[in-house]
Amino acid sequence: MSKEPLLRVIDVTKAFGGILALNRVGFDLFEGDILGIIGPNGSGKTTVVNCITGFIKMSDGKIIFRGKDISRKPPHKIADMGLTRTFQIMRPYYSLPAYKNLVIPLFSPRAQRTGGWRGGGKLGDRDTVGIDILEEIGFERDSYVPYKLASTLPTGYLKRLELARCLALKPDVIICDEIFSGLSMSEIASMVPLIERLQMDGITLIMIEHRLRELFRVANRVMVLNFGEKLMEGTSEEVMASEKVKEAYFGSEEVEEVMSHA
Amino acid sequence: MNREQRRKERLDRGIKVRTDSIYALMSLRELAYLIAPRFFLIAGMLVLPFAMPGMYWQRVISIVCIYAILALSFDFLAHFVGLVSLGGAFFIGVGGYITAVLNTNVGLPPLVSIPIAAIAGGLICTLLLLPCLPLRGVYFAIVTLMYPLAMARVIEALDIFGGTDGIMGLESFPNRWVEQYLVIATVLVFLFGLRRLVNQDVGLVFRAVKDNDQAVKASGMNITYYKAIAVFIASTMGCFGGACLVHIYMWSGISLFALDFSILPIAATVIGGAGTLVGPVLGCFILVPISELLRAFGTLRIVFYSLILVGFVVFRSEGIMVYGQRKYHQFERWVNV
Amino acid sequence: MDILIYGLINSVALALIALGFALVYGISRIPNFAHGALYVINGFVVWTLLRGVGLNYFLSIIVAMIVTGIIGALIYQFILIRVRGMAISEIIASYAIGLAILEGLRWWGFRGMSNTLPVFWEGSIMIGQVPVDFHRVLVVIIGVAVVGFLWVFTHYTRIGLALRGMAQDERAALMLGIDSDVMALVAMALGAMLAGLAAVLLLPLGNIVVEKGYNVLIQAIAVCIVGGLGSWMGAVLASFLIGFAQILTTVYIGSHFQMVVALLAIILTLILRPSGLFGRQKELEERV
Repeated sequence: MSKEPLLRVIDVTKAFGGILALNRVGFDLFEGDILGIIGPNGSGKTTVVNCITGFIKMSDGKIIFRGKDISRKPPHKIADMGLTRTFQIMRPYYSLPAYKNLVIPLFSPRAQRTGGWRGGGKLGDRDTVGIDILEEIGFERDSYVPYKLASTLPTGYLKRLELARCLALKPDVIICDEIFSGLSMSEIASMVPLIERLQMDGITLIMIEHRLRELFRVANRVMVLNFGEKLMEGTSEEVMASEKVKEAYFGSEEVEEVMSHA
Repeated sequence: MNREQRRKERLDRGIKVRTDSIYALMSLRELAYLIAPRFFLIAGMLVLPFAMPGMYWQRVISIVCIYAILALSFDFLAHFVGLVSLGGAFFIGVGGYITAVLNTNVGLPPLVSIPIAAIAGGLICTLLLLPCLPLRGVYFAIVTLMYPLAMARVIEALDIFGGTDGIMGLESFPNRWVEQYLVIATVLVFLFGLRRLVNQDVGLVFRAVKDNDQAVKASGMNITYYKAIAVFIASTMGCFGGACLVHIYMWSGISLFALDFSILPIAATVIGGAGTLVGPVLGCFILVPISELLRAFGTLRIVFYSLILVGFVVFRSEGIMVYGQRKYHQFERWVNV
Repeated sequence: MDILIYGLINSVALALIALGFALVYGISRIPNFAHGALYVINGFVVWTLLRGVGLNYFLSIIVAMIVTGIIGALIYQFILIRVRGMAISEIIASYAIGLAILEGLRWWGFRGMSNTLPVFWEGSIMIGQVPVDFHRVLVVIIGVAVVGFLWVFTHYTRIGLALRGMAQDERAALMLGIDSDVMALVAMALGAMLAGLAAVLLLPLGNIVVEKGYNVLIQAIAVCIVGGLGSWMGAVLASFLIGFAQILTTVYIGSHFQMVVALLAIILTLILRPSGLFGRQKELEERV
């Protein structure tokens, strides 16, 4: 396995007016990793993703993907290079049925170049491939669910649709922004094998999560953010044991309290 | 039996369900259900010039069709791409002036200069609208609103292209049947072409841009490029209409940038049913003859359209065709609860 | 030298025209495309009261401005309030009403050179080497006074502060008990009155023609886009930029180009810096 990081995030800083949302945040992502990014609300997790994927211009810092500097590239070029993301506030195409939602990413230049996930981009009927992708993701194939309008689908399906949208591009990296949020235990239980299978298929993942128990099961490295700064980075055991992290999440007086119930 | 004890139930007509995709070929009845509306539309429009009493009304038909082309382009941009164009007059003016110049200065016959004007006009309009495409939809509306107003003043101020007098002495069509059937055929081609387009993969991308452009960006596609293509299509249509108009009147002047051309397509779309593509055409068939009848009242026409527009926008009426489609495909009945 | 003076006058005139639009947009996020119509209808009312009814000039102005303010409030209350929040519908609705008013006035017979309003004060003074009529001097003075008054109003009175609060963050203002609909109504009425004030000051310099309505609309929008939609300081600054640019083109190229300058300003801003000079809509460039 090559030692060169797939994605290098170097000293990313972002200020919104007077508020420093991110302060010199950096990490390296190697191929095959699943990196978790955790932190209390407002710590800048989604801002990091927006900066990496080009939806927000950084005040300072560099992002290097596969050796190329993507700090100033527009979002569609970054997605075209293989670095995709899902949205925390879900954004399906409400007026279209679920499987038609996938026709759009399959129509993109990247899908047409690489053939798309399971070969739907260049040739092949995008509708059919869309249904195939949905089946892989967990929509029941023979039911009417893939044909329903996206505006009528419940959250669990919409989350998977987001993931499917990224998959259709045959990406190298998927950044999942709170993909477990809003799901029930059984829905998460069915998504975790999906994530593991994505890793086996060679996709590198960055997962921003609040649901730590599920995240620690899949992630091999975890980074903690607090108030826009990187607190620490390590394996899930190291992070769970760290005093600083507990303080950030719970406040110092309550750490004892929680630890006694852990 | 009062309302609380009943409720309205909407059912798909059985025949509609049976005509889903390939099952339509099952029998003549299903085929007729699908084809009848389209057949009546096409046949009706083709027969129209013969049914009209006199040249004046035949000319009105041509004008209706030109407005219909504009309304189609408005509906396409507004409801399938998410760009509201408040200045259809801009397309008409650009197309009209280009063909006028080609006709008088270069000497091209109308049947040649019109297509050239349509495409060249489309390119020019797209280029001029390019700066506002990456931005929010509000800016597109503002800029399209301004362009006709500003263009009229620029031409007047610089006194180019004939200034306030306009360019006169343009050739007309070989004969009046060509004049009418050209525009009627174009309307039909554009109508059915656009209906096809919005269901193709490219059309889906346009609709996705309207729904959620961030997600389209995240899928690796350049939104500005797709919006530009949509604007090109719409402006080519508008410029074609303008070019035809100018050859019908044999004159091209600042009045091409008049508010009429900006407001009537919007009013027609709103009345006829937005988003159906047929609705705007129908709306034009209703509004333009009324406009002709009101010609005696001068600019009161525009007051009339504006008030209708305000009424519809404010009360959010659905429009004739939307209602019609719903009724054709479904029926409603009261059911005891 | 005369460029400086006429530039100043033109800039203040533009600022007066644009402030009404900027105010309404800044507070309630409604682009009031009926702005030009309100401008012209105010002039029409003054003219009718003055020539038709024979009222005193000063009184006509006051009455007309109140009437225009009421019209603005009515437009909001009956039309815009129903489409609040849907940007495109707001534009279409306000534009359509503006059109109805303007074209209605045109049909009624308002055209040509016959309708003028008298200047406030005949005569002119010499500033430096340049003769400037009193009325134009008055325009500058009143314009500056209006900007100053607005500043004081929005910083020191309760309603003014409420308006500013709405402009900055509507949700937070709602939580503090500021009724957003009432504030938007006040903003529309104020904006309409400002349009009326601009009309009263500027129409005597020319005649009352319906075309002015469209010109005013274009110029107001140009100033607001260049200055940044939502920023009042930006609008003032932009009016100076555009005002001087217009005077420079008049001197060096020709006086017909004023509209072209406005249009070019819009296009250039949209290409180079879409959120305008002081735009708070950074979201244009960075929205997620």
